[in-house]
Amino acid sequence: MTSLEDRNNREGLRAWLNPSRYGWERISYWLQRLTGVGLLGYFIGHIYETSSLTRGPDAWQAMLSLTQTPLGHMILILVIGMSTYHSVNGIRLIFAHGGKGLGKPGRPDYPYDAVSLNYRQRSGIWVALILAAVAMLYGAMVLFGED
Amino acid sequence: MEQVKVAEQSDAKHTEKAHKQEKETLRSSVTLRVFRANRKTSEHAHFDTIEVPVQRWTTVLDALLYAKSYKDSSIGIRYSCRMASCGSCGMKINGIPRLACYTKVSELSGSSITIEPLSNFPHIRDLVTDFTQFFKHHHDVKPYILGDDPVAPANSGQGAEGETYTENIQTPEDVDKYLQFSYCIKCGLCYSACPTVATDTKFPGPQALAQAYRYTADTRDADTKSRLNVLDDRHGIWRCHFAGSCSSVCPKGVDPALGIQLLRGHLLGFSKNENRVAEKKRKTLDLL
Repeated sequence: MTSLEDRNNREGLRAWLNPSRYGWERISYWLQRLTGVGLLGYFIGHIYETSSLTRGPDAWQAMLSLTQTPLGHMILILVIGMSTYHSVNGIRLIFAHGGKGLGKPGRPDYPYDAVSLNYRQRSGIWVALILAAVAMLYGAMVLFGED
Repeated sequence: MEQVKVAEQSDAKHTEKAHKQEKETLRSSVTLRVFRANRKTSEHAHFDTIEVPVQRWTTVLDALLYAKSYKDSSIGIRYSCRMASCGSCGMKINGIPRLACYTKVSELSGSSITIEPLSNFPHIRDLVTDFTQFFKHHHDVKPYILGDDPVAPANSGQGAEGETYTENIQTPEDVDKYLQFSYCIKCGLCYSACPTVATDTKFPGPQALAQAYRYTADTRDADTKSRLNVLDDRHGIWRCHFAGSCSSVCPKGVDPALGIQLLRGHLLGFSKNENRVAEKKRKTLDLL
């Protein structure tokens, strides 16, 4: 007899990595996770970078020079975008998780549009995306504009 | 005026539906790619390609039943009512969980339709999945009215052995707070679409959590705390991250994501306790 686990049909990480099937909220969920993991990676790298201070000014300058390259600037611009999106969308999620801005339960009528996936809370996703793009643009102007 | 407004809204919805119908893809036949595997006999999973004739009104279930009747009688399908009431024929159609009886072939684009069993449910055979765990999660959230003894010292009808019974009075507004969640047909589409369920077997899933809200919001329920204790767990309601996929696939307008967020708002103290409000109302009525 095959056990229940052997017949497991769970999507696993594939469910996280394919956000295209279910609409804006799923894309926002995917981006929130992706930016979260990205920021964690940056945080670890940042701790490693600043820890070079303990090895003296020369080590610190050598480490700093690594970020003063086009690739280093691109990574920083990405970090600006990730942190902006993660913060703004996080604020939207704090309200949504408390049931705010999602509408009220009622009597469903065909074609059964979900109240919680309304334009008001969905616009929060678009605002987060637009602000992230603006922040990245400003970051690019500052980092690449000084040359 | 109110009736006119409702009629106008209804007209707008029907117009929207008519626009959707314009997107129909009309064809005389369609190719079904049906997932085939029998896990019990360790049969190798593969897709069978079956050509079936279709009409404008043919549903995916109709097409599958045609294939089963005239092309390959061994296809394993579970279905019952054929009218989106029983929730038996849930399956992944072109990658999205849908009811086969509620999905017309003409509303799907492309020359072939890929049909697979629901994800996140243990697979049995072909398009049939095991709902044991799903129903266990549903059962665990105590989906019934808790605690309140119907016997009460009220001036209503007499019960057995001289006990008096009282009605659980609810206003239409009280009913509206939970009614939409009671339309759940337990088809499992939301459970299949949920990304948290995909990675956490202990997570109750959107269906069970929405039902927990349905009974928590019911003013007749008198023991909300014991139900919330089940959900207030690291694998419980806090694992929902509002991906909204459950609500986008729900065929009955239950909107599980709304129920989950409202329940979480209740746990976080964002919303007022509906039961206490109802209790106050009842006491005021008793005094009057």
